[in-house]
Order: sequence, then C-alpha cells, then structure tokens
Amino acid sequence: MHELTTTRMNPQIDPTLHIWGWEIPVYLFLGGLVAGIMIISGYFIFKERYKHSYFSCFWLPHISLLLLSAGMFALFLDLEHKLYVWRLYTAFKISSPMSWGSWILILVYPTLLATTLTRIPPAFQNRIKVFDKISTFINQHPTAVKNIGVLSMIVGAILGMYTGVLLSALGARPLWSSAVLWVLFLTSGLSAAAAFVHMITDDVYERELLAKADNGFLIFELFVFAQFIIGLLSSTQMHQNAAHLLLNGPYAAVFWVFVVGMGIIIPLIIQLLAVNHKVKHTPIAPIMVIVGGLILRFVIVSAGQYSHWASAGL
Amino acid sequence: MARFGMVIDTTKCVGCMDCVVACKTENQVPEGYNRDWIVQDVQGKFPTVEMEIRSERCNQCSNPPCVSCCPTGASHIHEIGGVVLVTKDECIGCKACVASCPYDARFIHPDGYADKCTFCIHRVEKGLDPACVSVCPTHCMYFGDLDDPNSNVSQLLRSRKHHSLMPEAGTQPNIFYLT
Amino acid sequence: MNSVSRRKFLKISGATIGVAAAGTALLKTTQALSNKAAKGVQTIPTYCDICFWKCGAIAYVNDGKLWKVEGNPLDPLSNGRLCPRGTGGVGAHYDPDRLKAPLIRKKNRGEEQWVEVTWDEAMTYIAEKMQKIKSQYGPEGVALFSHGIGGNFFKHTMKAFGTPNISAPSFAQCRGPRDVGFRLTFGEDVSSPERTDIKNAQCLVLIGSHLGENMHNSQVQEFADAVGDGSTVIVVDPRYSVAASKAKYYLPIKPGTDLALLLAWMNVIVSEGLYDKEYVQNYGFGFEQFAATLQQYTPEWAYPETGIDPDVIRQTAREMERYKPATLVHPGRHVTWYGDDAQRSRAIALLNALLGSWGRKGGFYTPVSMDVPAYPYPEYPKSEKGKVDNPDHKYPFAHETITNGIREATITGKPYPIKGWFVYATNLMHALPNENETIKAIQNLDLMVVIDVIPSEIAGWADVVLPESVYLERFDDLNVEWFREPFVGLRQPVVDSPDDQKPNWWMAKKLAEKLGLGHYYPWKHIEEYYEHRLSAAGLSYKELKKNGIIRGAKQPIYFDEGVPAEFPTPSGKIEFYSLQLQEAGFDPVPKYKRPTSGPPGSFRLLYGRAPVHSFSRTQSNHILMDMMNENEVWVNAEIAARLGLKSGDYVRLKNQDGVVCNKVKVKATERIRPDCVYMVHGFGHNSRMLKFAYMKGASDAQLLTRYEVDPLMGGTGMNMNFVTIESEVA
Ligand SMILES: Nc1nc2c(c(=O)[nH]1)N[C@H]1C(S)=C(S)[C@@H](COP(=O)(O)OP(=O)(O)OC[C@H]3O[C@@H](n4cnc5c(=O)[nH]c(N)nc54)[C@H](O)[C@@H]3O)O[C@H]1N2
Ligand SMILES: Nc1nc2c(c(=O)[nH]1)N[C@H]1C(S)=C(S)[C@@H](COP(=O)(O)OP(=O)(O)OC[C@H]3O[C@@H](n4cnc5c(=O)[nH]c(N)nc54)[C@H](O)[C@@H]3O)O[C@H]1N2
Ligand code: SF4
Ligand code: SF4
Ligand code: SF4
Ligand code: SF4
Ligand code: SF4
Ligand SMILES: [Mo]
Repeated sequence: MHELTTTRMNPQIDPTLHIWGWEIPVYLFLGGLVAGIMIISGYFIFKERYKHSYFSCFWLPHISLLLLSAGMFALFLDLEHKLYVWRLYTAFKISSPMSWGSWILILVYPTLLATTLTRIPPAFQNRIKVFDKISTFINQHPTAVKNIGVLSMIVGAILGMYTGVLLSALGARPLWSSAVLWVLFLTSGLSAAAAFVHMITDDVYERELLAKADNGFLIFELFVFAQFIIGLLSSTQMHQNAAHLLLNGPYAAVFWVFVVGMGIIIPLIIQLLAVNHKVKHTPIAPIMVIVGGLILRFVIVSAGQYSHWASAGL
Repeated sequence: MARFGMVIDTTKCVGCMDCVVACKTENQVPEGYNRDWIVQDVQGKFPTVEMEIRSERCNQCSNPPCVSCCPTGASHIHEIGGVVLVTKDECIGCKACVASCPYDARFIHPDGYADKCTFCIHRVEKGLDPACVSVCPTHCMYFGDLDDPNSNVSQLLRSRKHHSLMPEAGTQPNIFYLT
Repeated sequence: MNSVSRRKFLKISGATIGVAAAGTALLKTTQALSNKAAKGVQTIPTYCDICFWKCGAIAYVNDGKLWKVEGNPLDPLSNGRLCPRGTGGVGAHYDPDRLKAPLIRKKNRGEEQWVEVTWDEAMTYIAEKMQKIKSQYGPEGVALFSHGIGGNFFKHTMKAFGTPNISAPSFAQCRGPRDVGFRLTFGEDVSSPERTDIKNAQCLVLIGSHLGENMHNSQVQEFADAVGDGSTVIVVDPRYSVAASKAKYYLPIKPGTDLALLLAWMNVIVSEGLYDKEYVQNYGFGFEQFAATLQQYTPEWAYPETGIDPDVIRQTAREMERYKPATLVHPGRHVTWYGDDAQRSRAIALLNALLGSWGRKGGFYTPVSMDVPAYPYPEYPKSEKGKVDNPDHKYPFAHETITNGIREATITGKPYPIKGWFVYATNLMHALPNENETIKAIQNLDLMVVIDVIPSEIAGWADVVLPESVYLERFDDLNVEWFREPFVGLRQPVVDSPDDQKPNWWMAKKLAEKLGLGHYYPWKHIEEYYEHRLSAAGLSYKELKKNGIIRGAKQPIYFDEGVPAEFPTPSGKIEFYSLQLQEAGFDPVPKYKRPTSGPPGSFRLLYGRAPVHSFSRTQSNHILMDMMNENEVWVNAEIAARLGLKSGDYVRLKNQDGVVCNKVKVKATERIRPDCVYMVHGFGHNSRMLKFAYMKGASDAQLLTRYEVDPLMGGTGMNMNFVTIESEVA
C-alpha cells in the first residue's frame, strides 16, 4: 500500500484538477453542435436544397453564427489573461489543437457567411449591396454553390473533430487520451445538430431525413462509446481507472442516466417509433439528445480532469 | 547544447520544505500557490515501513506536452539548458498547459498567466544554483548539465540508483531521484 | 583572538557574571539604519531568531523592502543555509497581525480589551507598579520569564531591580533533565547548541530526537552528512519519524519505556564486555557497583516493557559497540516526557560513557568560544530571600530556575508572594502544562507585563503589552556561542519596524531609567555596548557589522586532540555510580519504573515539531503557514479504520480530565503505534487578535492537564495525558 501525502496546494489543481468549469464543456458542445449543423447545412446545399428552402442555407448558418459566438464567448470567459487573447492570432502552433482551433474558427466565419449568401431571403435583400452582388454571382455559378456546400461540410467536420482532439492531445489525463475521442465528439455533434434541425425545421422532408439520420448517429455513437471504453479498459492501469470513473465511479450515475440512457437510448427508441410513424414527432426526443450531448461534454471534461497518471489521488 | 536537470538524493532529504519556502521568497510565489512541494511516499505496515521523501517541481521535460499544446507559444523551451518557460505577456490563460502536465506542476498565477518552476533561470544565468538547491540544509539537491558527462549530476546518475517520475507519460523528465 | 579555556566554560555554564565599574569608552550613537530610501538590492548580515539556534543570516532588501533571508556562509552554525523557518522569517516582518503600539488593559484580565498608550505612559505605569510591589513584597516579588537571547537586557534590568526570579521554559519544559542527567554523570551539560559530533558519528542513536522535523540547523545538516556517509542510524520512537525513515534500525518502542531499553542495552554491553574498557578504567567511578545493578536488566526483561525484540536489542547494542567511540547516543533536547527524565537522560549519559564517546570524535566534542568579556556593569543588589522556585532545594539538582516553581509560588504565595510577572518572548499558555494553573497564578498578580511581537495567548492575559520589533528590525545582544569553533555573531536591523514597535534593549533601558536604575545602562545606544565589549576582546565592531560573523581560530575539541579529560563531578570522574544521588535519596544507578497507562480505549498523547514551525510563534507567519496551516492528529491506520475515520476527517480529542480540544484533522497513517496519537505542537491558537492563526488546528498544550514533576530537578513530564477521539460532525 502507498500512503502518499503532498504539501502542494495549488487552487484548481489540488486535491484534484478542476481548472475548467462550465465554460469549456459549453464551448465544446456548441462547437460540436455548430460543426454538425454546418455538415448538415453543407449537405443540403450540396444537394441543392437551397433552391427550395431558406432554412438550411440561410437560417442555419445564422443560428450557427449565434451559437458559435456564444461558444467562443464562453471560451473567452474561461481565459484567465483575457487582455492577451489576441496572442492567439500572432502565432500558429502546429502541435497545439488550441491553436488549430482558433484558426479554424477564422475559417468558420467566412464559410458561414458564404453559406448565408447562397440564398438571401427577400426580407434581407437589397440591404447590403456587396452581399447581394456576391449572392447573385454565386448563384450564377452552380459549382460555386456546390463548393460552398462541400466547404461547409469540410470545415464543419474539422471543427467537430477539433473539439475532441483538443482534449485528447492533453495526454496527461488518461480519460482523454483516446484515439476515438474526436469521433465521439464529432458523432455527438452531428446527432445533436440533427436533433436540433429536426426540432426546429418546418420542412417536412428535412425533418424526416434528419430524424432518420439522427437515429443512425445515435446508434453509431453507442458503438463509438463502446470503442472508447474498451480502448481505455484494454490499456494501462491508469486508463482503466479512468474508464471506471464513468463505468462505476463518481461519474457513473450521470454517465449512465443522462448521457447513455436519456441522451441516447430513450430518444433513440422514441425517434425509431416516430420515423416508423408509431408516435408523432415531438421535441422531446431531440431535446433529450441535445441535453445529452451537453452533459456528455460536462462529464468528459470533468471526469478527464479527475483522472490522473498517479493513481493515488495526488 | 546544455540540458539542465536536477538530481535529488531522497536518502538525505528530510522533507523540511526549505526548498519550498526558498522558492516562495526568491520568486515571490503568491500566497496559496506552490512551484515546488514535498511528497512523502510511505509503503508497508507499521512498524515495517519505508518512506521516500521527494522534493518535486516541474520536471523540465525534454518532451513537454505543456509546450506542444500551447496555442500562443507562451510556453516554450528556453535556448539555454532546455528549460521550459512561460512568457507571461504571451499567455492567454487558456490552461491547456495546466491540463496537459502529468505532474500537475503548473498553476494559473492570480495575475492570470500560467506559472511554474523556472529552474530559477535568472539565478542560473548568473552562475548561481536555483534557490531551492542553494538553500537545502541537507545538501541533497544537485543542479547541473545532464548533457555534460563530467557534471556532478551526470556523475551522480552514473554512480547511484535512481528513478524519475512517471516516465511512462512520455515526457522525458529531467529531474532524477537517487534512492 | 582569544578563546575561553574549558575551565571558564564550566564556570560560565554554572553561574552568571557582571561586575567591575562602568567603562568610559563612549562613542557617537549610530542610528538604526533607515533604508527606506535605498534603491536596488542591499544585503545585510544578521542572525536568525525564529528559534534559539541563532544561525547567521543575510537579509536581502530590495528597494527598501525586505525580500529574502539566506544563510551567512561565514557562519559555522548554518554554513550558509538556513532552515525553512529561517528562510521563511521574512513572514514575521510582514505579519499583519503584529502588535503595533503599547497597550494597557481596559477591563478584566484575559478579556483582550486594551487602550493604546505611548511608550512613556506604558513605562511610567509599569515602573510605578513595580515600585509598589517592591515596597510591599520586596523586589523578589517580581519574576521574569524570558526565552531566547532577546531577553538579555530585560534580565539585566530585573537583576538591577533586585530579583533573582528569572526563568525560561527551556529548562523545566525542555532540556533541563538532560543537562542534569549529564551533569550528574560527566559533570557538564550538553548545552545548546548541543556538543554532539553528529557529522562524525559512525553510529547514531536517536531516542525520540526527530531530527529533520526538529530543524535545529547544524544538527540536521550533520545528520544528513552522517546519513550520506552511510553511518548506522538507530531510531527509537513510537512514531515512524522522518529520522526513522533514514535508519537502519527502527525500534517502535512503547511510549515511556525507553529507560528499560537503555538498561537492557547497557546490560548487553557490560555483560558481553563490549564497553570501552580503557576509557571506563581511566575515567570511570563506581563501575563495579553499576555493573552489578545492571545484571537484572536483560533484553528478555526489557521485551515485555518496551515491545522491542530481545534479538534486536542485542543486535543494536553490538552495532553501537562496533563503531565506538564514534557512536553517539543522542541526548535529545526536549526530554521532559514522563517525570523520570533526568534519570533516563542519565542512562543515556551512562550508555555513552560505556561507549567512550564523551570527549571523542563522533561522540561529544568539547565546545569552544570566543573570549568576549561581559560589559562591566555595576554590581547587582544581593537578594536576601533567594529564589522562589525551589524552596529548601526540594529539587536538589535543579541548576536553573524552574518556571513551574515560580508559577507554583505565585499561586500559593510560598515561600514568599510573587506579585509581578514579566513575560518576554515565551507564550506560557502553550509552553507550560496545565494552563489552568497558569491562569490561577496570573489572577494573583498585581502586574503582568508581556513583551511580544504578536498578540499571543499570554499577551491576552497581560495588564501591559509591549510590542517588540521583530528580529529583522533590531539589534540584540552579541551571540558569543559555545560551539565547534569560536565565533561571534551580530544581530542588526535590516528593515525598519512598520509601526511603533521597539527593540528590547531600548525598552529594558527605558524601564531601568524609569525605575531610577539608569546607571546600570552607562551606554546610550546598544552599538556603544558592542564597541565596548568587542574592543575589550580585541575585535572590530566595524568588521562584525559588515560580515555579521567574526570567527576565531579552530581549537582542539576532542580528548585525542589534547583537550584534557576532566570531569567536574564530585569524584572528578565519570560517575557510573552516583553518590550524589544516593545521598539525596535517589537511585545511584537509574531504575526503571513502568509508566502509568491510560483509561481503556484511550491513546497516549504525544507531540513534537514540524519542520516549518517553531512552537506557537510561527502560526501567524503567512509564508510558513502556507507550508502548513494546521496540525493533524496522527492515528494508526488500523485504529482509524476501526473508528471509521479517514485522513482529512475532523475530530476532537478529549483528555482524561474531560478537556476537549479544537477540531483537528485526522492523519490516518502507518507511521505510528496503535497505542498513541501524535500532534505537532503550537497550533490551535485561541487569541482572537491572532486573526490569521485563530483556531487553525488544535493545541496539544491545552490537553496537557496532567504532568509528572521530575523529583531530581522539577521538570514537567508532559507525555502523561491520554485522549479519546470524538468525531466532529461538520
Ligand atoms: N505542550 C507543549 N509544551 C511545550 C513544548 C511542546 O512541544 N508541547 N515544548 C517545550 C519546549 S522544548 C520549549 S523550548 C518551550 C518553548 O516555549 P516558548 O519559548 O514559550 O515558545 P513559543 O510558544 O513559541 O512562545 C514564544 C513567544 O514569543 C513570542 N516572540 C517571538 N519572537 C519574539 C520576539 O522577537 N520578541 C518578543 N518579545 N517575543 C517574541 C511569540 O510570539 C510567542 O508568543 O515550550 C515547551 N513547552
Ligand atoms: N522545526 C522546529 N525545530 C525545532 C523546534 C521547533 O519549534 N520547530 N524546537 C527546537 C527545540 S527548543 C527543541 S527542545 C527540539 C525538540 O525536539 P526533539 O528533542 O527532537 O523532540 P521532542 O519534541 O522531545 O520529541 C518528539 C519526538 O519524540 C517522540 N516520542 C514521544 N514520546 C516518546 C517516547 O516515550 N519515547 C521515545 N523514544 N520517543 C518518543 C515523538 O514521536 C517525536 O518523534 O526541537 C528543536 N527544533
Ligand atoms: S530543502 Fe532539501 S531536505 Fe528540505 S525538503 Fe527540500 S530537498 Fe528535502
Ligand atoms: S513537468 Fe509539466 S510543466 Fe514541466 S515541462 Fe514537463 S509537462 Fe511541462
Ligand atoms: S495557459 Fe498560457 S502558457 Fe498555458 S497553454 Fe495557454 S497560453 Fe500557453
Ligand atoms: S528551481 Fe527555482 S523556481 Fe524551480 S522550484 Fe526551485 S526555487 Fe522554485
Ligand atoms: S535553526 Fe532555523 S529557525 Fe533556528 S535560528 Fe537557525 S535558521 Fe533560524
Ligand atoms: Mo526546547
């Protein structure tokens, strides 16, 4: 038996790390959601839905702008040295996901802007001349529109992946050091986005499609979760300890009830019934998915901080 | 190229924390924060007990995740001795480096930037030992160039049994504990 | 550079001096340096006062602000390295809870309600009260408790006033029994700093001396050297101390039974003929009788008492023999444990005598000192009544004043009343066992003056509180130490006091003047006093001021180097058999008595030091509190599990007399026996004015309602209390 005592007492680190509070999970969640939305809206644009619907090509990017800005604001709130935030853009550090992230965000905004310009609703036309001009130009080049759709999907995918890589690059926390964390976050982002769109769209086609897609995402997410846990369990003692934090440790209750149960399985069942027209579409299942996705980020961020290479809670 | 490191003789260390106090005063580490600390590692059952006492701090890793994850370059490897430092005016306080250090050696200074042991580079550059080393009443800490085979630290590592902390984390720590 | 001869050491360690007429060497008063304006980094040498070791230090002052304190490389005590408390001494200067101005009590004693007064008002008040006590009860009616070198000038004023009742807890609550035990055996004290040659010891036996937690600097440095050199360390302690973790043999002794172990060791050494025969033959007295009484104390006899395996006792005894005379059985320092302490210490002395370590390299060296004559003050008035603490020599071997003796006399008024207490730098509430007796004594006083730097518990009971400048802000007496080599150290101010605090020499002089004893202070400023003494010694004050230390030439310190092997005992030899003790009705060779045990289900309360704190004086130092801001109660892991306690839980301890301590954290650990618990001394302050330290941790002193007085010398054995653990519902 080891009896370890330390005299170190740094706030937010001892006895256990909790440097990241609500801001980072919210940021990761919103980032993931926006990533999912971008992929979805990109897909619709690629599929030329923009011709029929303002929703996926105009409103979704706008909503994304809001959500992402909210997320970035959360991130900004988390920074301890706020006045120096511009330092993010005086350097590009190839090994730092955080640096990648900040530059990706630079890509996201123009992409979203470009997406909104594929079809400007009448109420917004003739307001800003340049936008109208660009919009007209884009619409004269169908391949440009397609490319914008592809761009949106790609940037969205990178954004979604990045939210996972951000954590898994921090090898010091065994729970995060998993090769599938990015897949998990991307899938979860997609499913939350699908649920979100499914919930708010009035386009029947899109709703049906996304409900089905979301079921796929949720099933896939379960599979990725299994991968994630098995990966940890088949690794070192410290990784196993980390997995047990979720499986039967201090985070197990939230994990099983909110993330897996109410965040995936129950909405999956409801939505399976809904797409098979056994029950009506209601916002209940999508809300559960969205909330589940948010709680997932909270659980992973806090349990990750709790997990440590030194086993004895130093 | 020099690679600064420390060798600490756990057989002599008494865990008195003088190294911790000295770091406080030398570097004006704010109240409630520690750049170095003492770990007492007790094994066995009374009365058949063994205890290793270690003075710990940032390991000044050769493969430092805290540097690779830093988005601004505030965390960097200093050209002298490979010491890992933080430029406070470049730090945004994102805490990625804090989360990335397996030794929990970093903390956020109340002024908002990431802080940790600097190996007292301001003293070392003047030819002095780091404050903790120079104060230790048991003379159990040694500071020097691990790349120089003739340095006291290299010689100690050649002649004595030693270990480093969590080498499995892949960080290549540069502090070694004689046992 | 002269050094005092051994003869003089013997004389000094017994008596105090101070005669001849005042010198005239007057010089211009130098003002205490004011460095507020100074820019950049200044370094000023001084010596430390966070404990009594008095290590040479160098203070760094940056733009007039105190930055850090380092060791003075010239200083043989610190070798340029302070202990953590010395390094953290900076925090004493910055402590926001410090006393700032003189205070006079407004209401009832102990209610901590004061009015601020000027220094002149305070001194006038005190002097008037003192004169009144003098006229009613004689000058002896005033007693001074004073701990540390800072008190020297108050002692001087008190002696000039005419009282012999001057005492420190360092005798009856600390090293007294040890010095008595060694005096009875070798004729000399171990003294402080201890004359132990730890660094050269090839075998070091520590009986409860927890070096490494006990941070007396030179001792710890030498201990580390010895460990580094591969010396055999044997540690006897109910607790697996830091020192135990360095030991080849750890003996987890049952508390209070060390004398049995010592007797068994000596039995083995004598019966197996392992002792230094030539040494014993040449220097010993009464060896035959001694050897005869030892026969009964076999390791098998000691086993049930101590819990130490007879084989281990034999093995360790042989190990000691193997390295003799470089085997040092450390005499300990705080040895007031069970009331049989002088005899236990004598047994340690005897064991050392058998190993021939006294006067030998790796054992006990003979300390040397610089010859710096005392200041030639006028002669003190002679007291007619004699000291109050030890009536009729009840404790025949007490060679210093017994604190608890003065306390007792203050309560009973016998042999004569004590009506005034001066308390300088000793927190009697934490230092003396059974605080109720202290409070009872205080209630009988007409005057109680406390000179302190912070509003300690004892200050809370005072009529007048005088705020002293901390050591970094003042001059103090010269440190002319008895050590391995001769040296003198200077304490000088490195920064100004933040408020209206004054140094002790200023206060003591001012008080003397108010008492009409101004002629006892023929000098205006303490620097004149230095000049006088140093020039009499042929030393330069300028040099001392610049370097902080002046070292003398090395001298022989071992018998083998030519130090005469003299033993100022009645027989002139090492007294294996003590006729002195016999005549006084005590055991000429120590006898073991089984310690009392506590009520079932209770644990013996042990206490000791933490490396980053000094007694009860550092808990408002923010730097040191950052290292450790409360104490814990150590409970054996298995016991803790049985009681449903884990590390970090808060509990309260309740002693056999129903006293309950402040809440304190549990440390469930494999590092202590199941029959005792352990706490670091000095925490659990209940003086409200100590805002920062208030109620952090628990006070061991509060729980020490019982103590056993040592019949030889009046010391208070304090490991006599038993506690139960009550869990604290948040
Ligand atoms: N319960 C218990 N009692 C003990 C001990 C124990 O371990 N447990 N240990 C015993 C031992 S070994 C000893 S030596 C004694 C020590 O006993 P003390 O010497 O009385 O030690 P402290 O409790 O630190 O009290 C010192 C007081 O001096 C004040 N002081 C500090 N610096 C200065 C200064 O520069 N000037 C002035 N004027 N005052 C100052 C402090 O604020 C504090 O109030 O206690 C003994 N009593
Ligand atoms: N950091 C620091 N260092 C200090 C001081 C300080 O305040 N702080 N004070 C200094 C002073 S004045 C003194 S006197 C010394 C005191 O320090 P020491 O003389 O070394 O030790 P004590 O305080 O007497 O004893 C504490 C140790 O004795 C053990 N012990 C308790 N009961 C028994 C027993 O029955 N038998 C045996 N064998 N061991 C027992 C305890 O478990 C503990 O390890 O420390 C000095 N050094
Ligand atoms: S100062 Fe030296 S002996 Fe003390 S804890 Fe630090 S390393 Fe150990
Ligand atoms: S110990 Fe931590 S902070 Fe220091 S270099 Fe290594 S990873 Fe970075
Ligand atoms: S907190 Fe500062 S040093 Fe650390 S990773 Fe962020 S920017 Fe770099
Ligand atoms: S090297 Fe300097 S900064 Fe690092 S722990 Fe030691 S004293 Fe502190
Ligand atoms: S032992 Fe420590 S506290 Fe005591 S005088 Fe020396 S440095 Fe100061
Ligand atoms: Mo003491």
